[in-house]
Formats: sequence, C-alpha cells, structure tokens
Amino acid sequence: MLPAPAPVAAPAPAPAAAEIVLTVANVSKAFGPNQVLRNFSLDVRRGENVVVLGKSGAGKSVLIKCIIGLLPVDAGTIQVLGQDVAALDHAALDQLRAKVGFLFQSNALYDSMTVRENLLFPLRRHWLTHGPGEEDERVRQALDDVGLGHTIDMMPAELSGGMRKRIALARTLILQPDIILYDEPTTGLDPVTAREIDQLIREVQQKYGTSSLIISHDMNCVRLTANRVALLVEGRCYAQGTYAELKASTNPAIHEFFSE
Amino acid sequence: MATSTTVAETGAITRFAGRFFQEGFRPRYEVQELLHQCFVVGYQSLPLVGITGFIMGMVLTLQSRPTMAQFGAESWIPTMVGLTIIREMGPIITALIFAGKIGSSIGAELGSMRVTEQIDAMEVSGTNPFKYLVATRVLATTLMLPVLTVLADGIGLFASFLGINLKGVTSLALFTNNIVSALTFGDVVPAVIKTFFFGFAVGIIGCYKGYYADKGTEGVGQAANSAVVASSLVIFILDLLAVQTTGLLGLN
Repeated sequence: MLPAPAPVAAPAPAPAAAEIVLTVANVSKAFGPNQVLRNFSLDVRRGENVVVLGKSGAGKSVLIKCIIGLLPVDAGTIQVLGQDVAALDHAALDQLRAKVGFLFQSNALYDSMTVRENLLFPLRRHWLTHGPGEEDERVRQALDDVGLGHTIDMMPAELSGGMRKRIALARTLILQPDIILYDEPTTGLDPVTAREIDQLIREVQQKYGTSSLIISHDMNCVRLTANRVALLVEGRCYAQGTYAELKASTNPAIHEFFSE
Repeated sequence: MATSTTVAETGAITRFAGRFFQEGFRPRYEVQELLHQCFVVGYQSLPLVGITGFIMGMVLTLQSRPTMAQFGAESWIPTMVGLTIIREMGPIITALIFAGKIGSSIGAELGSMRVTEQIDAMEVSGTNPFKYLVATRVLATTLMLPVLTVLADGIGLFASFLGINLKGVTSLALFTNNIVSALTFGDVVPAVIKTFFFGFAVGIIGCYKGYYADKGTEGVGQAANSAVVASSLVIFILDLLAVQTTGLLGLN
C-alpha cells in the first residue's frame, strides 16, 4: 500500500523589498519578420522565484537566452547582478556566468562524459576550485543535493529523464550560483517526477537563497514554485502577481491560462 | 538557386576557417582536449588506414604485373608502385578514408551537441565552444592526416613487396633500393605537404557542418552526410591545385 501523499508545501515566502538581482528593461528581440519580444520588462529580487508563464513559442526561452548572453537583444537592457550583459566583454561575461546557473530544457548533459566529469566541467572551466579534494567535495555535495550520489560514475545515457534533469540541476548548483535560470524544468517528465523537480527547485531556493527565473507553461510547476508569476503574452509582460492573484483575475487573456 | 547556395556556403566555410585562424591560436590553449582529439582522430583511425594502405599496395602490384610483364619490365614494378603510392594514391586514398571516418563523426558529434544545446551549455560554463570543440578538432585532423598518410604509404609499400613475392622473388633490400633510388624530394615533400591541407579541409568542413546543424535529429544526419560529401570533393579540388602548383614549380 502506498503511503498517504505528503501535503504540498507552498513556495517559500519571497523576501520583501530585497535587492534586485536581475533587471530586464524594455527588451525587444526579433528573428527576421518575427517579433518575439516587444518592450518586455521584469525584475527579480534576491531569494525570489519568478515564473514567466506563456504559451509555447511565445518567446520564453529566447528571453532567458538573452539574459545569459547567448542571444543579443535588439533593444533594451538586461542587468544581471548590477552588470549590463550587452556591455560585457568575453572575460567579464564568463565571470558573470559563473554566478548564474542555467538549466537547459534538454538538460544538455555532455554525452561523452560521466556524471562526475559533467559536474567538474563548469567548475574547472571557471577555475573555481583548488585541488582534487575540494573538487570531489563539491561534486559530492551537488549530487547529494539532488539525491543522486550513486550515479557519479555513470554515463548520461544510462540515466532516466528525471535523473538527467536532476544531474543537470546538480551541474548548475555546483557553481553555487546567485541566480538560476530554469528553461521549462518539468517539460517532458511524468507528473510524479515533475513534482519532484518542483520540490527540488523549492529546496534549492530555501537552502541556498538563490533567485530563480523559471520559464514554464506547466501550471503545477507555476503553482508550486512561484513567488511571483509574470505572464508573457505577445512579447510583452502582460501581467504580474502571485499565483492566487492571477488565478482570481477575470481578464480573459489571463484567465485562459488558469482555467481548469 | 543551387549555385547561389553553394557560393554562399563556400563563403560561410571560408569565414569559419578565418575565425579558426583568428581565435584558434589565442590563449587559453586547450592542450588536453587537443591531445585527446589527436588520439581519437589519429590513433583510432590507424587500423582502417592500415588495412586500406595494405590492400592499395597489394592490388596495385598485382594489377600492374601482367602489363609490365608484357614489356619485360617486371623489375620496374617497385619503382612504379612506389612512385604511385607516395605521390598520389597514398595521400588521396588515406584522405578519402579519413574524410569518411572522421569528417562524418565530427559532423555528427558537433551536430548532436548543437541540437541538444550542449554547445550552449559549454558557452555558459565559461568555455569558448569554438576553441574547445572546433579549433582542437581542426588542428588534430591537420596534424594527424600527414602522419596517417606516411604510415599508409609505408604499409602500402610493404604490401607491394609481398605482392611481388607472390609470383616472383625479390629481396627487401633490392625492392627498397629500387624505390629509394627513383624517389626525389620533389616526389615526397609536396605529397606530404598537401595532406596537411586535406586534413585541414576535413576538419574545418566537418566542424562547420556540425556546428551549424539545425532541424533536430534530421539535421545531425544531414551534417554528417554533407561533411563527407563536401570534404571528399574539396580533397579532389585541392589535389588538382597541388598538381598544378608542383607542375609550375617544376616538381612533376
């Protein structure tokens, strides 16, 4: 017999009036004739989980790729930890990226490397550790955080979809970032595994006090992880508020996301 | 339409090669990855290249024997086969086999890394993916193909010696002496130099096709396929240019 389901905790309360760590101001981005973002603006405070909710193809992934500097913006500014991303040279951008984790939708684990090598890769590339002892400790800690210590010498191909997502999160956590950008963290996972990932996102927030920007169209993920929800409609930040506030809205454009 | 696409792609590959010279030799040097790629590209191609070289030498000898026998010129077989292998067959056959094995694997590997966002992941992990993935592979192919070619030449010549001894008797010393006395630097040096260009072409085209792969898994297959086709074609074009150049220099 299965145990009774554990009550689902609400997301940790967002710290009021904490400093802003991420500012997206009037950002526009187009691919040819396709205008994806139009004057999109959003702030994220320290220790806060913000979910950007939008339909598939609305430009959510484009938004976070602009934030991490993988795509250049056409107009507007993005400030991460007080630095203008567009104004940084390669070296400065690398330094900034060491403080910003990015969880890819496809996990982007390196197929040719073991789990340990996957985790060590960003650590070594950013010159963040001194000696193998410290490296091992950080790898062990990151894997313990996601509950997959036993997979350390396995190859990504030997892992299930949920485990790969956790390892990808561990690879992000190993840098102990101030901000984590999640690109559709629960897409393609079964409901139980998706719930576990949601739980993990909350645990990371509580344990390390990281700020997160989560891109999603999974309403369970939004409900369980968001301190604040921003609605991306037609390239703009259409509405912002807590999950409860937006759910109670009578505006049809907002309501269609929250209707059962 | 097809012509303009080909011209545009040729331009794009040239820019890609330009970027290699611009970024590939600046620090931070990816020495460990370069050595790993040399191992993958060079050492792991050795069995295939060795077998190909062996068969090439053996077949050339056995095929030419009847014709040479008609003219009573069997004693010229070592010289003829030696010159053929060292000047042309060794470099071109090895390069084509190399393009098939390494060009396709680089195209497929980088292509799948592109479509599964691994290249983006590298970039956010403080790594210049162009240097880490492209520069190391292109350098490895450029350096390893000449080595493989020299080895294939050696194996091909030894197979030729065995081929001669299947139907006649020649000592290794006489066989070697026949070849070495006929060879000049003008035969050997340009043949080795052109393999550096062949190796560079295989590496840069394979990397270009993989690095800019799109359309998901279909794109990976296309990248691998077009890498082999394009690099094989470029090898022949470079060979033609090489023979014209050595002709102008009076080395033919």
